[in-house]
Amino acid sequence: MLSVILIVLAAIFFTGIIIRTKSLASGRKGPGILQPIWDVIRLFRKGVVYSETTSFVFQIAPTIYFATVIMAMLVVPFGQSRGVLSFNGDFIFFAYVLALGKFFSIIAAMDTGSSFEGMGASREALYSMFAEPAFFILMGSLALLSGHTSFHEIFAALHIGSQISYALAALATFVLLMIAMIESSRMPIDDPKTHLELTMIHEVMILDNSGFDLGLIFTAGYLKFAIYGALIVNLFIGVIPFQYAIPSFFAIQFLMAVSIGLIESFMARFRMSHNPQFIVALTSVSLLIFFGVLLILQKFM
Amino acid sequence: MNLAIAFLLVPLAGTLLIPFLKVNGKGIAAFSLLFVNALISGYLAVQSLQGDAISFNFPGSYVTGTIPIRIDALSGWFMLIINLVFVTGGFYGLFYMKAYKWQANNLTLHSISLLFQHAAIVSVCVIQNSLVFLIAWEMLALASFLLIIFEHEHIATLKAGINYLIQAHFSIIFLMIGFIWVSSKTGSYDFAAITAYSASIPATASFMLFILFFIAFAIKAGFVPFHTWLPYAHPAAPSHVSGMMSGVIIKIGIFGIFRMLLVVKTDFTSVGYLILIVSLISGLYGVMLAIIQHNLKKLLAYHSIENIGIIGIGIGIGCIGIGTGNQVLSTLGFAGALLHTLNHSLFKSLLFYAAGNIYQATHTMDVEKLGGLIKKMPQTAALFLIAAIAICGIPPFNGFVSEFIMYTGLYNWLSDASLLPLLAAIFSTAGLALIGGLAMLCFTKAFGVVFLGSARSELPHSCKEVPFLQLLPMYLLAVVIVLIGLFPMNFINLLSQPVSLFTGSVSLDLNPAQVNAFNAIQPISLASWILILLILSVFIIRRLVMRRHKISTGPTWGCGYVAPTPKIQYTAGSFVRTYSKLFAPFLLIGKHEEEIHGVFPSEGKYHTHPYDEIEKLLIDSPLKLNKSFMGRFLFLNNGKLQFYILYGVLFILAVISLPVISRSIYSFIEFLKQL
Repeated sequence: MLSVILIVLAAIFFTGIIIRTKSLASGRKGPGILQPIWDVIRLFRKGVVYSETTSFVFQIAPTIYFATVIMAMLVVPFGQSRGVLSFNGDFIFFAYVLALGKFFSIIAAMDTGSSFEGMGASREALYSMFAEPAFFILMGSLALLSGHTSFHEIFAALHIGSQISYALAALATFVLLMIAMIESSRMPIDDPKTHLELTMIHEVMILDNSGFDLGLIFTAGYLKFAIYGALIVNLFIGVIPFQYAIPSFFAIQFLMAVSIGLIESFMARFRMSHNPQFIVALTSVSLLIFFGVLLILQKFM
Repeated sequence: MNLAIAFLLVPLAGTLLIPFLKVNGKGIAAFSLLFVNALISGYLAVQSLQGDAISFNFPGSYVTGTIPIRIDALSGWFMLIINLVFVTGGFYGLFYMKAYKWQANNLTLHSISLLFQHAAIVSVCVIQNSLVFLIAWEMLALASFLLIIFEHEHIATLKAGINYLIQAHFSIIFLMIGFIWVSSKTGSYDFAAITAYSASIPATASFMLFILFFIAFAIKAGFVPFHTWLPYAHPAAPSHVSGMMSGVIIKIGIFGIFRMLLVVKTDFTSVGYLILIVSLISGLYGVMLAIIQHNLKKLLAYHSIENIGIIGIGIGIGCIGIGTGNQVLSTLGFAGALLHTLNHSLFKSLLFYAAGNIYQATHTMDVEKLGGLIKKMPQTAALFLIAAIAICGIPPFNGFVSEFIMYTGLYNWLSDASLLPLLAAIFSTAGLALIGGLAMLCFTKAFGVVFLGSARSELPHSCKEVPFLQLLPMYLLAVVIVLIGLFPMNFINLLSQPVSLFTGSVSLDLNPAQVNAFNAIQPISLASWILILLILSVFIIRRLVMRRHKISTGPTWGCGYVAPTPKIQYTAGSFVRTYSKLFAPFLLIGKHEEEIHGVFPSEGKYHTHPYDEIEKLLIDSPLKLNKSFMGRFLFLNNGKLQFYILYGVLFILAVISLPVISRSIYSFIEFLKQL
C-alpha cells in the first residue's frame, strides 16, 4: 500500500520538476511545480471532440491505457513493504500489463486514419519491442542474484555488498532509467516538446485525443515515470528502515526529475534511425549485468 | 471397442450418404456425422483425461499383427482440442461454403474429406501400431490435400496443395525409416517394442532414432526449417480449413513429438536442448516473417510457426527438466506447452474464421486494400481484437497464462547451478520476450490496417457483417479464450494427468500446496480480475464525467492539411518499414519501384513482395540444381512415339538378359577361381 501512496505523491510533482528545471536552465522562471496537475484537471472539465474516422476502439483505449498503468503500479513494492499484489513472477505480469496499454494506444492511433499518428504508432510498437528483452534479462539477473522471483522478494533480498554489486546497481539504474525514458517518451528517444509532428513518437499518437481522455493519458504518463522511479529506488533501499527509506525515495525521485530536465535542456534528441541501435545496446548492458551476477555467484569455474 | 468401431463406421456411412443428398443437405449431413464422431471420441477422451487410460486390441491381420489402441491422458487432451476445433470449424464451414453452392460435386468431395480427416486425426492420437499409424497418417495427409485444393481452378491453390502433399510425404519417409529400423530389429509393430528397443541400444543410437521421428513430426508441425509448406497451404485453403489446419493439423505434429518423448527412451537433456534451439529459431523467424506479409492469411500462417516455436520452448525446457531430474521445471515446461497448444488452436482458428469473414465480405486478403472494416463488421472486428490480444500473450486472456507458465519455468531454471543452463535460460527468456514484442508489432499492424482508419480501396457495396449463426462458433471460441484467462486453475488441473505421464509422478504434484511454482497461477487469475474491475471502474467514471460535457465530432487532425484522402493513411508497408530495414539481413523482400520524375510527374509505383530466405536456400536452390541435372536427359523425352516404344523394348531386353549376363559373369568368376 505504501508504495502506491508514495508513487502517486511523486507523480504529482515529477513532471512539474522536470519542466521547472528546463525553464531555469534556459533562463526563464517557468510555471509552478503543480502546473501539469492543473492542466489535467482542466482537461477533465472539458468537452471531447472525436474524429469521424474513429470507432469504439479510440474511445476505450485511453481508459484501458490508464487502467493498465494503475494495475502495474499495484505490483510495485517499496523496500520491505510489499505492493498491493505480490506473487512469484509479478514482474512478468508488470511488463505484460503495460504491453496491454501500449497495444491499445497503438491501435487507437491507427484508428484515426492519420498518417502522422500511424507513424507514431509504428515507432512506439518498434521501440517498446526492443526494450522488452532488456527488462526481462535485467529481472532474470536480479532473480538469479537474490534467488527469488517476485518484485518484493527480489528487492527485499537485494543488498549491495561488494564492489561488483555497486557496478551492477549502477548499470541496473541506467537500464531502468532508459526503459523509463522509452516508455514515457522522453529524451533522448523522443522529444515531447518538438513542434514538428514528423519527429514525435508519443505526442503524435495522441494528436486526436481531447478532454477527459487526454487527461487520462497525461495522468498515466506521470504515473509511469514515478513507477519506474520507484523501481530504481527499490534497488537501493532493500534493508533500510522506513524513516530513512521514505526521504531517500523522494530524494532519488527529485534527483531523477532534475537530471531528466538537465538532459533535455542540454541534449538533442537522437536521430530516429539511431534509436533502435541505442535500445538494442540496452539489452547488451543488461546482459553485462547478467554476467556480473554470474561473476558474483562464481559460476565461471 | 464398440465405440471405436462405430467411430470408424461413421465416415463410411458419410461416404455412402453424402453424394446422394441435395447441396444444402451435404453440409448438414457432414456436420452432424462429424458431431457424432466428436461426441464419441470426446467421451473417450474425457474418460482418459480423468486418469482412466483406455486400452484394447483390434485383432488386425496377418500383415499388421494386433493393433493396440491406447487412449491415455495425452491422447485425451489432444482429442478434446481436435474436437473443439473441428466442431466449431465444421459449423463455421456450413455458412462459409454457401458461397460455393453451385459446385455440388466439389462440395461432396470436400464434405467427405472433412469426415475422413477428422477420423484420421483422431486415429493418429490413439493407434499404437506403427504400420496402421502410417496408414492413418497417410489418410490425414491425403484428406488435408483434398481440403486444401477446394478452389482448384486457381493455379496457386493447386500448387500449394501439391507442395503440401510432397512435403507431407517427406514426413512419412522419415517416419517409415524410423519404424522399419525398429521393426526389423524387434519384429513387432507395437509402440511398446520401440520403448523396449530404444532402452536397449546405446544412447547415441536412440538419439538418432528420436531425431528421425522429430524431423518427421517437425515437418507436420512447421518447425523452421521444415515450415515452407505452411505459408502456402493455409492461405490457399477455404478459411474454415485454414483454421482447422492451423488449429489442429500442425498440432498433430506437436502431439507426435510428445508421443515420441513417451515412447523413445533416450538422453532427454540433449533432446531438450535441441528442441529448445529449434523452437527459439522457429519462434523468432516465424514472427519476423509474419510482420512483413501483406496477405492476411499468410501473415496468420507465419504466425502459426511462431506459436509452434513457443510450444516447442515449453517442450524443450520440459525435456531438460526430465533429463536433469528437475521436476518443477519439467512440470512447468510440459504444462505450459500443452496449455499453449490448446490456446493457440483457439485463437488461431478464431483469427482464421475472422479472416474468412473478411474474405467473404471484401473478396480480398491483401491488407493494403482493406481498412475501416470495424464500422461495417463490428462483431468480426471485436472477435479479431480479442484473439489478437490473446495471441500476443497479453493479460487478461489465455495466451498470457501459458506464456506466464513458461516464463515461470525459465526463471525457475535460473536456480540451476551450472553455466550452460543459466545461459540457455537467460537467452530463452530474452527470446520469448522478443517474440512477444514482435507479435505485438505484427498484430497491431494487422488489426490497425484491416479494421481501423478508412478503406484504402473501393470495397464492394455488399460489404457487411456475416449472419449471426456464422459468428456463433467464433463467439464460442472467444468465450473459451476469456475463460482460460480468468479461471486458469480449472484448466491447469485438467492438465495434471497428461503432465504426470512425462514427469512420472502422481498428479498431486500439480496441487498448489506442493509445487510452489504453481502458486503463481492463482494470483494471475486474481490480477486479471482486478485489471478488469479497474478498467470497468475507470470506464464508468469516464461515463459519468462525460455526461456533463459536450461531445462533438470533427475530421481527423491533419496538421493543417484540410483535404486528406484515405490514400494518405499509413499503410501496412509503411507501418513496418523501419522494422524491415532493421531486420533486412534476415528478410528477403523483393522491390519493384518506379520513381516519379519530370516536370509534369507521371505515375509512380512501389511494390514489395516478401519471400522466405530459408525456402530459397532449402527448397528452391536444390530444386534448381535437380532440374538442371535432369535437364541433361531431356533429349530422351523427344515426344516421338517410336522412340518411346524403343525404350520399352530396350528395357524389356535388359530385364530378360539380366539373369543371363549375371550367370555368365558368375561362371566366369568360377572359371577364374579354378585357375
